Amino acid sequence: MVDKIKVENLNCFYSGKKVLKNLNITVKKNEILSIIGPSNSGKTSFLRTLNRMNDMNVNFSREGNIFLDDKNIFDMNPEKLRTRIGMLFAMPIPLPMSIYDNIAYAPRVLGLKNKKNMDEVVEQSLKDASLWDEVKDRLDSSAIKMSGGQQQRLCIARILAIEPEVILFDEPCSGLDPISTAKVEEAMLKLKEKYTIVLVTNNVKQASRVGTRTAFFLMGELIEVDKTRNIFLTPKNKKTEDYITGRFG
Amino acid sequence: MNLKLSPKLSQKIAYTALAIATMIVILPVLTVIIIIIKNGWSALSWEFLTTMPKDGMRAGGILPAILGTLAIVSCAICVTLPVGVFAAIYLNEYAKDNLLTRIIKLAIVNLAGVPSVVYGLFGLGIFVMMMGFGVSIIAGALTLSIMELPVIITTARGALNSVPYSFREASWSLGVSKWQTIRRVVLPNALPGIMTGAILSISRISGETAPILFTAAAFYVPHLPQSMFDQVMALPYHLYIISTQIPNMPKNIIFGTALVLLLMVLSMSLFAIVARLYFRKKRKW
Amino acid sequence: MNGKIIDYIIEKIIFLCGIIAIIFVVLIFGFLLKEGFAFFKEYGVVNFVFGKYWYPSSDPASYGVLALIIGSLLVTVGAAIIAVPLGIMTALFIAELAPKGIKDILKSIVELMAAIPSVVLGFVGMVTLVPLVRSILDIPTGLTAFSGSIVLAFMAMPTIVSISEDAIRSVPWQYKEGAYALGATKWQTIRRVVLKAAMPGIIAAVMLGIGRVIGETMAVLMVTGNAAAIPDSIFDPVRTLTATIAAEMGETVKGGLHYKALFSIGLVLFLITFSINFIADLFLNKNKKNC
Repeated sequence: MVDKIKVENLNCFYSGKKVLKNLNITVKKNEILSIIGPSNSGKTSFLRTLNRMNDMNVNFSREGNIFLDDKNIFDMNPEKLRTRIGMLFAMPIPLPMSIYDNIAYAPRVLGLKNKKNMDEVVEQSLKDASLWDEVKDRLDSSAIKMSGGQQQRLCIARILAIEPEVILFDEPCSGLDPISTAKVEEAMLKLKEKYTIVLVTNNVKQASRVGTRTAFFLMGELIEVDKTRNIFLTPKNKKTEDYITGRFG
Repeated sequence: MNLKLSPKLSQKIAYTALAIATMIVILPVLTVIIIIIKNGWSALSWEFLTTMPKDGMRAGGILPAILGTLAIVSCAICVTLPVGVFAAIYLNEYAKDNLLTRIIKLAIVNLAGVPSVVYGLFGLGIFVMMMGFGVSIIAGALTLSIMELPVIITTARGALNSVPYSFREASWSLGVSKWQTIRRVVLPNALPGIMTGAILSISRISGETAPILFTAAAFYVPHLPQSMFDQVMALPYHLYIISTQIPNMPKNIIFGTALVLLLMVLSMSLFAIVARLYFRKKRKW
Repeated sequence: MNGKIIDYIIEKIIFLCGIIAIIFVVLIFGFLLKEGFAFFKEYGVVNFVFGKYWYPSSDPASYGVLALIIGSLLVTVGAAIIAVPLGIMTALFIAELAPKGIKDILKSIVELMAAIPSVVLGFVGMVTLVPLVRSILDIPTGLTAFSGSIVLAFMAMPTIVSISEDAIRSVPWQYKEGAYALGATKWQTIRRVVLKAAMPGIIAAVMLGIGRVIGETMAVLMVTGNAAAIPDSIFDPVRTLTATIAAEMGETVKGGLHYKALFSIGLVLFLITFSINFIADLFLNKNKKNC
């Protein structure tokens, strides 16, 4: 399989404190790469470096490079990069506007003017996020009033509307109940066919359910990455085994 | 003083003292308002509001003073609101935590503390003399706009700051640039707060006398303002004049003028205060 | 690409507006300094600062600012003595004792108080307070520093109350919890824990209130009697720095010595309020760190 993202010797710092140590990892096209590890292991920092969200934090600095389709992302325009690498946050963040406008927001700013095309984009995105049937009759109502699970799927639809190539999920189910979680996971597996996905999760079982490959982070270091099956059945590193069997973390 | 009060009793005494202090603070405000309404009510009429003064201002209306104040204040807010909001955007959205930012904040604090009469001096020196606007609406408005700038910046910053950071992140993560995020997400949600702040500012500068004393206000102008470069009568200055400079001034006209000024200022403030409470309750996030 | 350029231009404008406060502070200070220096060169700093007489229209004119500084000081100290205890007590009442609904109403009234124009307060003071002071104290005129202090105390009140109230409210509840756990009554907690923790903020509030009083112009102009002589007591008429500028600027020849002398007074005022605000800001920041 082709490498979609390639990370080379990445070191990251917040206010001078090292949070990622000499990281080398690849993300392959159309896979779900799950990243597991205890809190403060650098998972989310890694995710936020991939789409350069960390650039917005004045205390952040980094060394090393990341390539998207062999082009260095730090040479790209960060806004353009973020339309290619979408991101879903831990808590659903619907913008305080209608459901329709939430989806249409980014395409509109990025230049889509035609109303009919916009309607199509909104419908298709909501369908791909398995939300269309629930909201098609109330697109004009406020997104704030939806349930947590619906809000998170709305956020997925919002990302799909900008047609990215990669989607980053940052513990997307941490605030959701099991049924909503199952719906989001289902959506993720469907999305894998078209997109490349990086999933950060605190939930080891979730990684085993959806991950094509799984990486284990500890204290800012990549301990091990392999096919999910291998990580869970025959981990090479003792620390990985301790973590997935719940002996620490 | 060996007398030791029980904690319960001393608490009771203290609470009573605090309540009385609060009454002493609040009562005079209400008294001032009541005195002005009681004495000024009889002067209030449609004619009083819409005609020129007569008999050396001892009779007739106060129309030119009302219009003059409206002209100065609306010009001032048109200048200070955009500049102040942009400055607030800089501080809240762009500024890094460095020396420059600290100096800016210090400058704002100090600008807020400069006495209003010193603003008057500055306006006289810069706008009236140096720029050659003369004593005029524009000179007074610019003076007031500088004076109000720190207030606008501070309230606008508060409003911007109350918009959750996560909204910005959500927008950035969709590839929307920083300025577009501010324009389409942050500003619309901060707007109620910014507008109530602006109304409070308008109310405040409507009552200011010292800054326009040498920059805009005239003792008496026999016609209504024609252009930005005219001297004008202004309500607070008019009140000062008729209450101190003109002998045998009928009391009810002075009180009437004070009442009009007070109503103008208080109604705007009250509106802003109520609107702010309303928006705080209604906030969507 | 077009959108990029607009973004770029707007961000430049935003930066410019961001630093505009600095520009104005420097401009105001520079301007006062320029006129002030011209005056000092002609008249002498020592004569200005230590001169007892302010007689701009006598021949030769004398521009001694001492009487005016004492006038301002007297009125300010009087106002502070009235406003500080009342203001802090009111802030305590609003922050700690008043029930929710009454709290909002009280805060709104304090805010409305700040909105009443100083010229209106001056006028009401002139027609009610001044005759009252004269008849109660049986003195020749009610236009005194004392009357000025009373009016100004109420003008300083909104600043003192609202900023103190902020400071008191931002005392973390854990502090109080700790005191309650040791069996302290609510009042003991307020007095020993809350007041102490909020003290830097309260000091800042008092300083900002005093700064406002020193800079206040119209009300003092109308009720203090405007006698430019060093007063014997608080029941004498006085003239303040601000009132002098307001009362005399209209009669000066623009660019003349008297004109420049008034700018020098402005410079004195600017320096006083600048230091007060600077120090108050230090206290406010300390308050934030405390909590």
